[in-house]
Amino acid sequence: MSRPEKLERVRGLVRKELLEVFRDPRLVRMVLVAPVIQLVIFGYAVSTDVRHTPTFVVDQDHSQTSRDLTETFFASGYFRLAGASDRPHDMVEALDHGRAIVGLHIPRGFAKDAAREAATVQVLLDGTNSNTATVAMDYAQRIVQAWAIRRGEAPTPPIELRERAWFNPALKSRDYNVPAVIGNVLMILSLMLTSLAVVRERELGTLEQLMVSPLTPGELIVGKTVPFALICMADLVVITLVALLWFHVPFQGSFALLLLAGVLYLVGTLGLGLLISTFSSTQQEAVLTSFLFIMPLMLLSGFMFPVSSMPVGFRWLTLANPVRHFLEIVRAIFLKGAGMSALWPQYLALALIGASVLVLAARRFHKTAA
Amino acid sequence: MLDPIRLWAVVRKELLQFRRDTRSLVLAFALPLVLLVFFGYAITWDVDDIRMAVVDQDRGERARELVDAFRAAGRFSVVATPPRTADIGPLLDRARVRLALVIPPDFGSDLGAGRTARVQAIVDGSDANTATIALAYTRAIVQQFGGGLVLAGRDARPPVEARARVWFNEELSSSNMIVPGLVVIIMMIIAGLITSLTIAREWERGTMEQLASTPVSRLEVVLGKLIPFLAIGLVDVAVTSVVGVLLFRVPFRGNALFLIGPTFLFLAGTLGLGLAISAVSRTQLLATQIGMLSTFLPGFLLSGFMFAVDIMPAPLRLLTYLIPARYFLVVVRGVFLKGVGPAVLWPEALLMLLFAAGTLTLATRAFKKELA
Repeated sequence: MSRPEKLERVRGLVRKELLEVFRDPRLVRMVLVAPVIQLVIFGYAVSTDVRHTPTFVVDQDHSQTSRDLTETFFASGYFRLAGASDRPHDMVEALDHGRAIVGLHIPRGFAKDAAREAATVQVLLDGTNSNTATVAMDYAQRIVQAWAIRRGEAPTPPIELRERAWFNPALKSRDYNVPAVIGNVLMILSLMLTSLAVVRERELGTLEQLMVSPLTPGELIVGKTVPFALICMADLVVITLVALLWFHVPFQGSFALLLLAGVLYLVGTLGLGLLISTFSSTQQEAVLTSFLFIMPLMLLSGFMFPVSSMPVGFRWLTLANPVRHFLEIVRAIFLKGAGMSALWPQYLALALIGASVLVLAARRFHKTAA
Repeated sequence: MLDPIRLWAVVRKELLQFRRDTRSLVLAFALPLVLLVFFGYAITWDVDDIRMAVVDQDRGERARELVDAFRAAGRFSVVATPPRTADIGPLLDRARVRLALVIPPDFGSDLGAGRTARVQAIVDGSDANTATIALAYTRAIVQQFGGGLVLAGRDARPPVEARARVWFNEELSSSNMIVPGLVVIIMMIIAGLITSLTIAREWERGTMEQLASTPVSRLEVVLGKLIPFLAIGLVDVAVTSVVGVLLFRVPFRGNALFLIGPTFLFLAGTLGLGLAISAVSRTQLLATQIGMLSTFLPGFLLSGFMFAVDIMPAPLRLLTYLIPARYFLVVVRGVFLKGVGPAVLWPEALLMLLFAAGTLTLATRAFKKELA
């Protein structure tokens, strides 16, 4: 077989595959519009910032001092007034109903106590979300302390802590999470596209037709994955632009490195889609199996739950997860502007995972097809 | 319209089919447990092993005490002590450490002279969530250390104090939030899987037409598919809840009976959605994609499982009202952690009821059109 002939055959298959996608307007919407919508919606959702936390106030002191404290509390922007009353019972109810996450209770005689000796305000927190509670507690204590110092009711603390946050000075969680959403949207899309495309051919019986054509299994795999890789790369570019233009996520690094990471990542996820297709005889089964892969890939990627907090065994396990490495790369490229010198281990891992998944998929594909 | 004997026949058919299908059995009963145990162990967002670097330019006794206070807090591990502040950059770049503490040369002398001493905390802000928490811990340690010095030294008047008390999750452990959330997420996934198994397969094999040609009414078909599914779902919720309590020590403060009704409503809504989707869209590819879009990612991201709903922008918050997992999550967490009952949770139950009624009506209607 001559080389050009081989190339010609693969090109034909790629064209056929692309034609099939672009002939179906619903499919076009799915691969080109849906990722953008997903990014926009989820980009807004993925914030863990503790701002405007609903707060219920019980001010039993009714003094100038207590009003001043309450005003300072809400002027910070970290808390939002969700209700006020004279009776602590109402505060309990607001927390029970979830109408408030924080309760601020200023007892009777607060102003008098504050002028003389120790005064106490009580901060009640709904601890259900442990992180929000930890952070809100810290904010509340800081606000009260700063207020007391300003009024001269407390000595200045002997040690002053100066804080600086690198890479994300405003500590906006969205800047960290939107790049991660890109990785997950891409993973789900590429996984589903390949596994379904192959299984659909199997269901329709056209896979056998392709088998008896002069295409070798290797060419078949290349022809099946390249079109989806192209589509997913286009998606990567489009949704990255959306992240930059819509969400104003900072982008410090190199775009070329991002594309390279995208290619390596997609080799792995498309290969996984192919692998799933070899286990499934119907599209329904393919979707079920994809589900079972997507969930651990997502939860063990560090997207929502930091890898560093996982038990050791699971941390090892995440090394085999391409999503984990891709997220580390995109986050570092977006926020830190990191280059190859810092990220080569992740690139290497992506390449290794991609290669082994693809080889495994090709082997199984060969067997199930034969 | 609704004949109990015919309904029972459909239920029996479903149960028989289900029992014979090992894969469905595994999916329905083993998978939830495996998922809960696996992810219950794996995922946490407790921030309790913060790798830090210390640049101690003071090298005095006070500075050492401060570093010891960090070590003793149990959440920090000092993994690097570079001599110069310039060394912090590479450590943060490579994510070797998350936090760096700089103690300047005059730290000890300032403290000794009664001047305000300064320390600097530099944090890797890229993971804003972890960074915020790490800073909160840092502040608490520094403040406590300073307070100790004040008390040991001069006669200090205690300042105005904000006394914090945490309810519902007193030890602030994230698994108390995650495990009940996982129960909901897992139910959502199982519901999606079983829907596609019982309904889509029936369409695929053409047996839906057969079912339609029998005297069984549409409502009976829908209910007949729903009832066995509800029973399975209830068993799953019970089993995962028990495992959550026994294995992960999540407090269960409410009455378990209060979970039964909401579980039914949640599953009815999810199954109704599955029925409606598969009846509306003819091609399986589309059905699964719609199903994926409408349940999986939103279930994770818009339900409040992880990202709090009340800080989302208003339009998005409106959108979350369309996600039944959102309500079920409030109910499950409420019963587990807050120990509340119908008096507090009725709005969620009502909304789930509306959702279920809506999707089931839609599904029954769409059925007719599709078969006609």
